[in-house]
Formats: sequence, structure tokens, C-alpha cells
Amino acid sequence: MCLATPMKIERIVDGRRAIVSEGNVQVEVDVSLLKDPRPGDHVIIHAGYAIETLTLAEAEERLALFRKIAELSGETSGETGAPQ
Amino acid sequence: MSDESQLARSLVSEIESVTARIGRTVRLMEVCGTHTVELRKQGIQSLLPRRVTLVSGPGCPVCVTPSGYIDNAMQLVSEGRAQVATFGDLMKVPGASGRTLSSLAGTGRVRLVYSPRELVEIARGSGLPVVFLAVGFETTVPTIVSALLEARDRGVDNLFLYTAFKTVPPALRFLLSNPEHGIDGFLLPGHVSVIIGADAYAFLERAGGRPGVITGFEGLDMLLGILGLLRQIERGESSVQNAYPRAVRAEGNPRALELIARTLETRSDTWRGLGPIPGAALGLQSWLAESDAEKEFDIPPAEDREPPGCLCSRVIAGMSTPPQCALFGTRCTPDDPVGPCMVSSEGTCSAYFRYGGAR
Repeated sequence: MCLATPMKIERIVDGRRAIVSEGNVQVEVDVSLLKDPRPGDHVIIHAGYAIETLTLAEAEERLALFRKIAELSGETSGETGAPQ
Repeated sequence: MSDESQLARSLVSEIESVTARIGRTVRLMEVCGTHTVELRKQGIQSLLPRRVTLVSGPGCPVCVTPSGYIDNAMQLVSEGRAQVATFGDLMKVPGASGRTLSSLAGTGRVRLVYSPRELVEIARGSGLPVVFLAVGFETTVPTIVSALLEARDRGVDNLFLYTAFKTVPPALRFLLSNPEHGIDGFLLPGHVSVIIGADAYAFLERAGGRPGVITGFEGLDMLLGILGLLRQIERGESSVQNAYPRAVRAEGNPRALELIARTLETRSDTWRGLGPIPGAALGLQSWLAESDAEKEFDIPPAEDREPPGCLCSRVIAGMSTPPQCALFGTRCTPDDPVGPCMVSSEGTCSAYFRYGGAR
């Protein structure tokens, strides 16, 4: 029920509505829960409402975090002789 | 091998190392119904060491709604007092009588909606009062309230909410207050946390608390969340980590929180299977009384009566797994469900039935 999908804002219709897209799918959603929605923003859509804006910096941070863990794990596995 | 699957392998191998060092079985509760489904659908559970047990928590809003709520809604429909609008999940939940809202579809007074955005037009086009079955956690709550305020702003005065809103942090506190809870850590719900923010779980860091990691819904997100919990358990820590920072801020979504604060107040409604939980529900504030279906239609409190033999209440509390129920997979299946945990696509029994997960 709390399933939500990341989509991109294509255009703002008015203070309440925007058109968002994911691949070839375009839908109208309510953006009134966001502070300053802009075209190009990646937003999380839940039940027809945008509930938060995703930022690129945070997405990159996540990848960096995963890489760091992967490196850490590589070291650990190396020490214990576990297969890579 | 793709970058993603290499990362997944690294995470799994790190999870194995940490689990080996902990040296005992750990029970991690995934609080959110979407996690319950995704962990099994994506096969994450099958990648984990045997000593890591995933327990499903009370994170499926339909499953924690008392059966009497369904009976009350059906009564509104059968008496012709209102048209009832609802998300699809509630349509097939049997009330205490065993009947469902979908059995009343022929009356023309049950309307399925996908988004609360549809409610304004539905109410405007209906000759009857329209009662929306306002079921959901913090993720869904602001969307429903937003639709109600929009209706009122536009002069549509025949839309009512029958609220069964629930809130996650008081429910976690309640689970921890049972000395036999046996939970070592919480995989915290990603999209509830988008609204309420990471700081809302600060109570987990106090005495008697448990580690919590706010977790996203991709395979790597969930592995990372599990690893974060295991590392804390190994070190004997209980802190709240945010492993979904691309979506969740410390303070949550201020607009949504402001909307909730302006329109709703905490109540102590009954959670199916758990009973009344102090402050773990939200109802409309008195200035919205004329949009409150309970007041307008004099709806009695929803009683919680379990179908005979159904273990849903224990499953919701993480005390039983679906295969421990005699009805599971025999008398109770997604096509012909007995209890709510099998009805909702996010119910624990439904997820176990469709994707396995018994171990």
C-alpha cells in the first residue's frame, strides 16, 4: 500500500498539478505536497501524489556507499579466504 | 557480471561474515508490507544466512484494520445511506459475517478508487453522500486529507472520511513494550519515513530500544538495510540509520507534516490483532467534524473479531509465521481468503503463499 514509484516531472500544470513521466508513460499527479516542484525533478509518486523530491547528489551518494561496502567486503573475504 | 549483481554478492558475503561473528540467530522485523512482498519477490530472503530470520510486522494497513470496520462500511452501503469509495485491497476482506464489500458491488454503491485525487469528482457526480474508507499509514494519510480539503475548498460537501489511519512509531513502541517480543532490529519503512522523517524514530535509541535502519525497496537497498542492522547488533548498538537518504530527510516532508498537524489528532484506535495502541491512530480534528463519517452517520466503534482458526492476529504481531496456521494454503488462499493477511497483496500470508518464505 505504501508502494511508490520514482518519476520525472515533465511540466507543471498549475500550483497543484504536474505531468510526470517514466519511460513512455505520462500521467498527471498532484504536487501540492512538494515545496518547489520543477520540471526535470525526479519525484516519488504514491497514490497519485508526489510525496518527495529525489536529488541526484543523494543517488550518487548511495552508489558511493555501496562501492565502499563492496570494497570493505572484498577485504574481509580476502582475509578469510572466502571465494570471490 | 553486472555492477549491481557484483555489489549484491559483496553485500551478501559481508552479511554472512557479520552473522558468523554474532554467533546466534537474529530476528529482524520488516515493518512495512511493501518490504514483506519485495524481500520475498526479489528472493532476498533466500540469499541470507540461516541464522538471519525475517519476521513481518504490522505494516499492512488493510491487515491491521479491525473486521468490524468492514462490517460498518457494508452497513452504510446496504442501508443505502451512502456510496462507499475504497482502495481495492479492502474490497475482498471478509467482515465478521464473512461477507465482503465486493459482494455489494451490484448495489452500485461501492466505488473502487486508485487515487484519492478521484474523490472530488466522484463526490461531485454522486447524488448520495460519498464515504471514503480512509485506511493507511503516514505515506497515504496526507494524500487523503489533501483530497478532502480540496473537495471542501471547491464547495463539494458530500465527501466524508471514515478514518482508520494508523501511525508507525507508536506501534513499534508498543511491540517493544512486550517483554517477549524477541526482535533484534527493525527494517524501517522507506515511504512512511519519507513523510515522518528519520528523527521520528529517535525513541529506538533510548533504553530498551533496538537498532533501526530506514530502508528503500530495491534489492541492494534491502541488503544494505539488513547489513546495517547486523553491524549494529554485532556492536551492541541501538541507533537509527538512514539507508534511503535519496528519499528520506531527517525532518521528513514538512508540507505533509504541517497538513497532518492542521487536520488530524492522535487517537488510540484498535489495531487488528494488537488491540488498542496508545496514540497509534489519527482521526479528524473537530473543525472537520462535518466531513467525519463516524459523526455524520453515527458509526459505532469497529470491533475486532477474528474468523475461527485464523492466526492473522499473531502473524501481524510477528509471533507466528503463516505456515503455522492450519488454514494457510488449504482453506485460506488469495483466491478465497479467510483473514486479512491473505487478502491484501501486502499481507504476510499472501506474500508467503505467492513467493514462499517459510524457513
